[in-house]
Amino acid sequence: MTAIATGSTKGPPAKVSRHHGWWRRNGVSLVFLAPGVLWLAAIVVYPTIATVRFSLYDETATKFVGLHNYASVFSTSEILTAFKNNIIWVLVFPFFVTFIGLMVAVLTERIRWATAFKAIIVMPIVFSTTASALVWRTIFDLDPHIGVVNAIEQTVSDWFRTPGAYPLNPSTGETAASLATFNVTTGSGGSLVSHATVHPGDAVMMGLTRISAVTLQTLGAKFPVAPTKMAGAITGLVWNDFSTSQPNNTSTIVSGEQGLPNLRVSLLSSTGASVGSTVTDTSGDFSFSHVAPGSYHVAIESSNFQSSFVGTFWLGSQSLTPVSGLDQTAQSLLSVPLIDLAMIISYIWIWAGFAMVLIGAGLAALNREVLEAAEIDGANEWQLLRKVTIPMLAPVLTVVFVTMVINVLKVFDIILNMAPGSSQGPATTLALTIYNDGFTGGVHSGLASAVAVILFLLVVPAMMWNLKKIKG
Amino acid sequence: MSQVRSVQEGKRARLLKRLGLSRAVVNVILGVVAVFWLVPTISLLVISLRPESQFGTSGWWSVFTAPSQLTWGNYTTIFSQGFAAGGVLDSLVTSLEITMPVTLLVALISSLAAYSLVFGAWRGRDGIFLVIVGLMVVPLQVALIPVVQFYRELGNIFGLNPYGTIPGVIIFHVAFGLPFGIFLMRNFLTGIPRDLLEAGRIEGAGEWKIFYQIVLPLALPAIASLAIFQFIWVWNDLLVALVFLGGNVHTPLTIFLYDQTRSLAANYWIISTGAVVSIFVPLIVFFSFQRYFVRGVLAGAVK
Repeated sequence: MTAIATGSTKGPPAKVSRHHGWWRRNGVSLVFLAPGVLWLAAIVVYPTIATVRFSLYDETATKFVGLHNYASVFSTSEILTAFKNNIIWVLVFPFFVTFIGLMVAVLTERIRWATAFKAIIVMPIVFSTTASALVWRTIFDLDPHIGVVNAIEQTVSDWFRTPGAYPLNPSTGETAASLATFNVTTGSGGSLVSHATVHPGDAVMMGLTRISAVTLQTLGAKFPVAPTKMAGAITGLVWNDFSTSQPNNTSTIVSGEQGLPNLRVSLLSSTGASVGSTVTDTSGDFSFSHVAPGSYHVAIESSNFQSSFVGTFWLGSQSLTPVSGLDQTAQSLLSVPLIDLAMIISYIWIWAGFAMVLIGAGLAALNREVLEAAEIDGANEWQLLRKVTIPMLAPVLTVVFVTMVINVLKVFDIILNMAPGSSQGPATTLALTIYNDGFTGGVHSGLASAVAVILFLLVVPAMMWNLKKIKG
Repeated sequence: MSQVRSVQEGKRARLLKRLGLSRAVVNVILGVVAVFWLVPTISLLVISLRPESQFGTSGWWSVFTAPSQLTWGNYTTIFSQGFAAGGVLDSLVTSLEITMPVTLLVALISSLAAYSLVFGAWRGRDGIFLVIVGLMVVPLQVALIPVVQFYRELGNIFGLNPYGTIPGVIIFHVAFGLPFGIFLMRNFLTGIPRDLLEAGRIEGAGEWKIFYQIVLPLALPAIASLAIFQFIWVWNDLLVALVFLGGNVHTPLTIFLYDQTRSLAANYWIISTGAVVSIFVPLIVFFSFQRYFVRGVLAGAVK
């Protein structure tokens, strides 16, 4: 290298010989350029033009249909849903990813372990969106034994309301009343009450059915023992009044039945006030002693049936905005499916590092003197950030924002991999529609091409902006 | 120098004191953020190290209290399957077969084109460059359908249909890697002094020799950025591979994972283990060449 460098100072400047033709001078240069230009012409430029042509033809690309496909785009509910979702992505994602990137980039300047921190945040960019989507799919899983989000929700929920020993499952329409079988009727607030009136010295038997075998096994339920009468006391039994050997026999204890342990029962006076409460033993028996004369009912409290935690179906399409009562088109345009939120969170995890790197580079290049002048003038940190740093960073923030807008206009992999089958339709985007219409199932190349052309038109402003920036 | 620095640090410390947002608070905030960012990756690793039977019965976080459940079993199963078609290792090889040629071709063709655009003497270079910059944001979805048709026609005319083959995927990827590649290389090459080239010419070197003996060695940092960026981009692609290779016997890792999740009996042990294998390669590339990767990200902000 040094030898060449000194050579250049010694030797005369190179002359371009006049007698050689233009081709002679530029031939090699053009040969160098040719592979790139030809490749781009064949696989990028020509196909883009061909797509515009395809978009004017019918589904088998044989008959010219004019702008018919474009009209179909705006009347096909699948594609309207895709537009809606793309709009949600564009409105939410670029803003948050830029904001988080900015905050993290500003704060990172103050810590000693900045290199490690940056590596942690940037790492997800190098993962495939496919792999990341699969990870986040388990994170948001409905089952709290799989999904960490629902596991956290369950822990928090259990602090506030303890599920009962016999939790009902409201999603299948189960109620306490549906368990009542023998000598039991519904009481107030979801409790069950003995049908018969009882007096001190009586023994009462109450039968329930449809109790899960797993629950009984977990609670260690034993064969029920008929309650013995005791003077001055009310004794009783609550049992699972169902056995496979005699399915139609209610009201008496037969083999194969179990007592219901751990049930909280209370004694109600004739006014309905609770005068005592106790818990059944493993055979399902309970007793209230020293009961004052009078007539009573025995109640099985509603807390026994408090449903257990039902997770949030993050990957589902239930809408965050109210859409019930609207027709289908209005629904597809106005609903905000929960899975969009889950996917946007996951996508921020992937791309925040990108925003941080760019904004971090912008911060490093800032004119420190301006910052210090503002500091001396007594600006506090928040003012410094809002009035000085952010305006000075405006160009780089715009680059990040625009890049992310282009990115989410094309968002594809995360939906295909993160949305379960039932949510694919409600979560679809333009890029996914192009793939589905153009390459899977009933192929409609005309419609897919029309959507592709629209997608292209949407990125044209960004293209112009790029060109303007480069031209200066 | 160090004095200036300490003065600055002093100012900064005073400022922070005034605001109450102490270094400790910032450390705590960023610590929480870092943990949040690590959880998904850690969960993936842990799931891949647990037996399938544990997946639905207890959360992966139970390893913190019962680390004995960790096992290499899933990995030994994958390696015992070897390179049989449809396995993880077969997909790993297919991913490499696609990614390596694309990376090399994009780096070479972009460097040649950028050399021509920077050091050529013909008119219209700037115009061509602007068109290429414009192509950077073209969504590849726009080209898919016609290219599939184009491939079929190649098959009809020459009997060589690249559709459904690895070269077909490579051709498409190279095309969409070139605009950014040429952009990045041109920006770098404009910084190389022309005197160096003239010197080479005087010593009688032809253009090709000047290109690969003078310009290429100088451009290595830019080529490294481009290559890493391109490698990771193609390695992680799902859409192009799905369109041109979907249903093939040999598929890259992204399609392997996608197929696994779509199968009715989703086997989480193979999904998680396959995902770890799939992120392993780009992670090595990333940590080995972090500096170049970040440079590529900065240059590629418009992609």
